[in-house]
Amino acid sequence: MKTMFEKIWDLHLVNEENGSSIIYIDRHLVHEVTSPQAFESLRLTNRTVRRPDATMATMDHNVSTRNRDMDLADPISALQMKTLMNNCKEFSIRLFDLNHPDNGIVHVVAPELGVTQPGMTIVCGDSHTSTHGAFGALAFGIGTSEVEHVLATQTLVQQKPKTMEIRVEGKLGKGVTPKDIILTIIGRIGTDGATGYVIEYTGDTIRSLSMEGRMTICNMSIEAGARAGFIAPDETTFQYLKDREFSPSGADFDKALEKWKKLGTDSGATFDKTIIFKAEDIAPMVTWGTSPGQVISVTSNIPSPSDFSESIAKKSAESALQYMGLKEGTRLQDIEVNKVFIGSCTNSRIEDLREAAGLVKGKKVSSKVNAIVVPGSGRVKRQAEKEGLDKVFIEAGFEWRNPGCSMCLAMNDDVLDPGDRCASTSNRNFEGRQGKGGRTHLVSPTMAAAAAIEGKFVDIRNWK
Amino acid sequence: MKAFTTLEGIAALLDKANVDTDQIIPKQFLRKIERTGFGIHLFHDWRYTDNEGKNQNKEFSLNQERYKGATILLTRDNFGCGSSREHAPWALEDYGFRCIISPSFADIFYNNCFKNGMLPIVLPSSDVDELFQDIEKNSGRTLKIDLASQKVISKNGKEYSFVVDPFRKDCLYRGLDDIGLTLIHEKKISEFENKNKQEYPWLYIA
Repeated sequence: MKTMFEKIWDLHLVNEENGSSIIYIDRHLVHEVTSPQAFESLRLTNRTVRRPDATMATMDHNVSTRNRDMDLADPISALQMKTLMNNCKEFSIRLFDLNHPDNGIVHVVAPELGVTQPGMTIVCGDSHTSTHGAFGALAFGIGTSEVEHVLATQTLVQQKPKTMEIRVEGKLGKGVTPKDIILTIIGRIGTDGATGYVIEYTGDTIRSLSMEGRMTICNMSIEAGARAGFIAPDETTFQYLKDREFSPSGADFDKALEKWKKLGTDSGATFDKTIIFKAEDIAPMVTWGTSPGQVISVTSNIPSPSDFSESIAKKSAESALQYMGLKEGTRLQDIEVNKVFIGSCTNSRIEDLREAAGLVKGKKVSSKVNAIVVPGSGRVKRQAEKEGLDKVFIEAGFEWRNPGCSMCLAMNDDVLDPGDRCASTSNRNFEGRQGKGGRTHLVSPTMAAAAAIEGKFVDIRNWK
Repeated sequence: MKAFTTLEGIAALLDKANVDTDQIIPKQFLRKIERTGFGIHLFHDWRYTDNEGKNQNKEFSLNQERYKGATILLTRDNFGCGSSREHAPWALEDYGFRCIISPSFADIFYNNCFKNGMLPIVLPSSDVDELFQDIEKNSGRTLKIDLASQKVISKNGKEYSFVVDPFRKDCLYRGLDDIGLTLIHEKKISEFENKNKQEYPWLYIA
């Protein structure tokens, strides 16, 4: 009897000694920011890329969402993107560059092309690689030295993590989304609650979610400290994968399906830890501080440092309130925002955009708010435009942009100004993350859309 | 990679929990394609009062005279959380740190340190508290780190033992190139691939 983690681990074990294991890597995703030094090092050591066919690159972190012309980007960003182009050419790696119609955020592009499949080991020099766990893949972020290691050897040296089951049971209330589930989990277990673990999300609530929703949950596993987070593949997964460009096809699909069906955790297998959540208890969530664990339900008031018993948590709360310009006891729904960002590898997929558009249709963005929608990929953008979602957003007063990581980490020119307060569908509310002095509140796409219209946070469960 | 055997140096205090890699090295400095030169941007938003990095923030601990030349950083829980950017250990190393002591580290950051000749040490919160108090009270206090015996030794005679995975310890102690080490097993990797290709042909894209 094995957990899904143990099955995938054992299937990829190349060597084990002295407590360290060499694990084979099925897919390596590459982007412009964390790869140049790895390629340079390969050249200096006369090594090459072992499996170009298993490697895929996109540019996303640095790209402008206003135009697709690399030469209009600042010269340092342009050099980084051109370096990726040259490296991919030199080492024969498939690249989705700015001119490619399917360019976009690496964690949006790979799944929608069928690159991400159940049972795979997937790595990328980006912490949100955990996203791909939604398909029952063991997927995790690595540093640049490890990027080089995978390029050269198609393997990684790993210490076996522990396993944690997070079970979510019951029916989600109206207006409560996968984003609220994961924010609730992080709020309870803390940003280091899963450090040293791989999380398997289980339970009927998780099973009821679409692939997009599952990706949102797995995406933020890293915000709970986990090495990876994943969900056993099921009919929803298999249907999603059918006929995708890089999915196995014909007889191979049937063969793959047989293997995928065996990946789930055996009944009777044990986890090192299990934590249970009730879907009924989950409300729309909003972060109030500078760490994703500093999160409360939309009906709450801003907490006081004295609410925390531990001295370090108290101190963190004090400095978070100061940075965020908030007073303890303030009603969350009285807090005004002047920026709204709908996008990022957490919440920029078609389903996210459909839900947000559904809410803003026929309404107008508050005159005090500047709101942007950044689709996760070229495909998402085309699909949204086919459905007329772009028009809904534009008519409501949102800006409709080109794909990229954009204001999630603000490496391009989508940056908050000091003192800006932003309702953001991204994954990190760290100090300065979206711009120095900018204040980030993490929310779901529908909560962000409603905040754009009202100019403040509202409880979408009873918002007309 | 630089080997790490013993280290004796000034320990600087950073009394914050959940220090994320965006704070260690903000994103505007990630556009470089080199590995070097990140030290001047370390903790940029905390360390400087201006965007250009010209005016030092006197309130920030690393700017204090007593921590000048520090090679050890003592800090609180969950250090290095957030983004996987290896620019964070590059910046710490370039600034001069070779060792970071904390009650806990984020997973990817912890890994990244070892790849850059740096030793992240996990000590129980009570030990970290004790070291904080000792260093606060004694300006210029140095610590000695001995990787072989896995000990942090304070000038006041107290010793603190730490645990480190034997493989990582060996690589760090001898300054080994871990790609070279993995490639010792090249035959096993090839065998794995040949077998895997039969079972999962669709994973190998022509």
